[in-house]
Amino acid sequence: MGIEGVGARVARKEDKRFITGGGRYVDDMVVPGMKHAVFVRSPHAHAQIKKIDVKKAQAMPGVVGVLTGKELKADGIGNLICGWMIHSKDGTPMKMGAWSPLAVDKVRYVGDAVVVVVADTKGQARDAAEAVEITYKELKAVVDATKAIQPGAPQIHAEAENNLIFDWELGDAKATDAAINSAAHVTRMKIVNNRLVPNAMEPRAALGHYDKAEDHYTCWTTSQNPHVARLVMSAFYNVAPENKLRVIAPDVGGGFGSKIYIYPEEIVCLWASKKTGVPVKWVADRTESFLSDAHGRDHVSTVEMAFDKDNRITALKVDTIANLGAYMSLFSSCVPTYLYATLLSGQYDIPAIHASVRTVYTNTAPVDAYRGAGRPEATYVLERTMETAARELGVSPAELRRRNFITSFPHQTPVIMNYDAGDYNASLDAAMKAADYAGFTKRRADAAKQGKLRGIGMSCYIEACGLAPSSAVGSLGAGVGLWESAEVRVNAAGTIEVLTGSHSHGQGHETTFAQLVTQRFGVPIDSVSIVHGDTDKVQMGMGTYGSRSGAVGMSAIVKALDKVEAKAKKIAAHLLEADEGDIVIENGEVKVAGTDKSLPWFQVALASYTAHNLPAGMEPGLKETAFYDPSNFTFPAGCYICEVEIDPETGMTEIIQFVAADDFGNIINPMIVEGQVHGGIAQGVGQALLEGAHYDASGQLLTASYMDYTMPRAADLPSFKVSTSNTPCPGNPLGVKGCGEAGAIGSPPAVINAITDALGVVDIAMPASPATVWSAIRAKH
Amino acid sequence: MSDVSLTVNGKRVSGSTEDRTLLVHFLREHLGLTGTHVGCDTSQCGACVVHVDGRAVKSCTMLAVQASGSTIVTIEGLADGAELHPVQAAFKEHHGLQCGFCTPGMIMAATDMIARHPQGLDEATVRAELDGNICRCTGYHNIVKAILAASKTMSKGAKGKAKQAA
Repeated sequence: MGIEGVGARVARKEDKRFITGGGRYVDDMVVPGMKHAVFVRSPHAHAQIKKIDVKKAQAMPGVVGVLTGKELKADGIGNLICGWMIHSKDGTPMKMGAWSPLAVDKVRYVGDAVVVVVADTKGQARDAAEAVEITYKELKAVVDATKAIQPGAPQIHAEAENNLIFDWELGDAKATDAAINSAAHVTRMKIVNNRLVPNAMEPRAALGHYDKAEDHYTCWTTSQNPHVARLVMSAFYNVAPENKLRVIAPDVGGGFGSKIYIYPEEIVCLWASKKTGVPVKWVADRTESFLSDAHGRDHVSTVEMAFDKDNRITALKVDTIANLGAYMSLFSSCVPTYLYATLLSGQYDIPAIHASVRTVYTNTAPVDAYRGAGRPEATYVLERTMETAARELGVSPAELRRRNFITSFPHQTPVIMNYDAGDYNASLDAAMKAADYAGFTKRRADAAKQGKLRGIGMSCYIEACGLAPSSAVGSLGAGVGLWESAEVRVNAAGTIEVLTGSHSHGQGHETTFAQLVTQRFGVPIDSVSIVHGDTDKVQMGMGTYGSRSGAVGMSAIVKALDKVEAKAKKIAAHLLEADEGDIVIENGEVKVAGTDKSLPWFQVALASYTAHNLPAGMEPGLKETAFYDPSNFTFPAGCYICEVEIDPETGMTEIIQFVAADDFGNIINPMIVEGQVHGGIAQGVGQALLEGAHYDASGQLLTASYMDYTMPRAADLPSFKVSTSNTPCPGNPLGVKGCGEAGAIGSPPAVINAITDALGVVDIAMPASPATVWSAIRAKH
Repeated sequence: MSDVSLTVNGKRVSGSTEDRTLLVHFLREHLGLTGTHVGCDTSQCGACVVHVDGRAVKSCTMLAVQASGSTIVTIEGLADGAELHPVQAAFKEHHGLQCGFCTPGMIMAATDMIARHPQGLDEATVRAELDGNICRCTGYHNIVKAILAASKTMSKGAKGKAKQAA
């Protein structure tokens, strides 16, 4: 590796603008004539809309439009869709209720958008929004998924009887039951995965601009996948044909899944721009984000794990109820199914697995993918149960895991996935060493002398990343393929632009992607630019989520680089009168191997564009496009260990140390990979100790601001000890697996295993706040 | 409407604005200084931190008219021309940012923190002092590292200058 090539800790190219105030986020965009939108949202969790009176609001100062769902429907704007079809056990398709971008007859959660007000200033729009008079007839609401499927619960959508969207299963029920019935030991648990709000620091925003003269729309939006946004808004929401709609996702301030989806607001801003004749910008307040961003997790599961007399797992049975909120968000159906149950084998050789999943409508915000998406829920089920089993069986948690590790690859699990490579013992060993696991007993005794309770917990996670082989996801119900595209444009003077369908919103693509180019051609990294996030510039792409930008996005770049390299070599061979096979490209020079004949890189580029002397029949130019469709998922895995100390007087939990030992395959930029792990762990620790979205029984979100929803702050966390022990991924040209979600997937069970170890209890609810921990201590004595 | 006049990043500026306009909105919308961000509505996240008369202030907690007559430095005015401020340089060197949204507020808060602790900083102090700034990307690990590194660089620089003066 060179100092700027693959494997180097290259400082980020994109940082300059962010540290000097030069970042360009949607809220920073100004278009001449631009006005401001404020949404009037439902204050009720469940209600019929009886009457909407906008007259007073329309007469307010600065108001240019007050628009309702009826007008939106009259203009033919479509309902929002869920893009992944799931069928129930009985073969019936999922029961999707209608989701209008502006509610027409009924509202189904607090925050449901009903009316949009457009005015000269945001203040004026806000004032006018307060003057909109909506008469509601309140209906009984239900927020708890386990209650929503009971007979007699409030009916949220006519399409879904008893609020049941689908009742789905995966695996062999008979074999699983048989193994449980004949087991030497069965560990049984009820496991709750708490509801979270993603909370990217940049609130969602949209700026819609309709150009009447061109009959063309431009949408600036806080999106992780602008091309998918354009496709969906054209094909399903009827906003405009694709060639009449440009979607730009400029700098985006974090996503974590919450900015994958196409929300009502961007559709409404585009439509309202045409309707009012002015560009319309909307920026969410933080409370609005809490209410209307897609939430994450919210599972309740019962688990049975069966063991033989040698402590080998013989079967796993999981029954899960997943809360999907008031409407089915874009990928909501695949998160608790194919991103969840397919990972229930974890790192273990389990002969029989059966998962049953019921998804349920409730009067809460829609629930969709949040960092990890299904895989944190699977890992939490599995690793909490493993910990409990180890305690019940009287064996050490590490030994029980080792006994059941998969050690030969490829390994076919009973739940679809075929693991291609891994070394689970290596990460467990690395984590135990880094944590000085052997010294814990003494540390616990020392803490006890101070009146403190110490505990240690581990978690061995696996995830499926590199989403995903298109034919495979297509056969499972996905509405799109999950390949990625890239275009490598060598300019006439030798500088290089890479256009990618991946989208960077903190991941550092402008640096890591450029490292691939610099590695290949030896050109300085400053001569390489990464272009992304604009449907007018990049032909097509599937965006960034599911830790896919490395394994899929970069693989597409590698394929395009292969084509550019091949053509550049042909041109150089022609110019240098050498055999094509003898040409090598290194350090910015194109050479004939074993001779002193060479050309600087830029001369080859220039020759391709002057086209004065090209091989016979060759097209001018040096620009290549590639699409990469992965052949398999990738399988990052690792071991996390958390050590906590609890003050029994206050219930305060302090994280003494947090160790992460991951296997991400080959690594392009270790500095950026470590940063991804740090951030993921913080979110996982946040879930375990601090964060929880709470609705009261009437459907009011009680945690709708940073005064009420506990975000992890610097003093809540330690510095992390992270390391990697990598087995290259055989499935893609770079051997990479993905690292974006691991931290959030692996950490919650490690934290809770440590707390339950410290307290000597079987379970404790997340978030294990001081009050919860204190109560658990009191309940024990 | 009220008149507001300020010195922002070394330049005298003035304008007329609604009484309810917050300083952050005046900076962003009237002066086009969009480096200062709004991440919440409750003065919790710290994305809007600027320096008002030399002290870190959440510009969403202050009306523009209240700030009239003050000297303000925003993230756009922190570097010395092309040369990055040591805190900016440390954030880049130690990968103290990912999406960049909280970064301006973090850097402005850190600069103030370092100035208030000329004797130097330790990890616990940095973490405690970052209470008013939320980051969702980095887990704070590299932000803390960057601030500690910048604090060292700046105290060395200050000592160097003191020696020169002597």
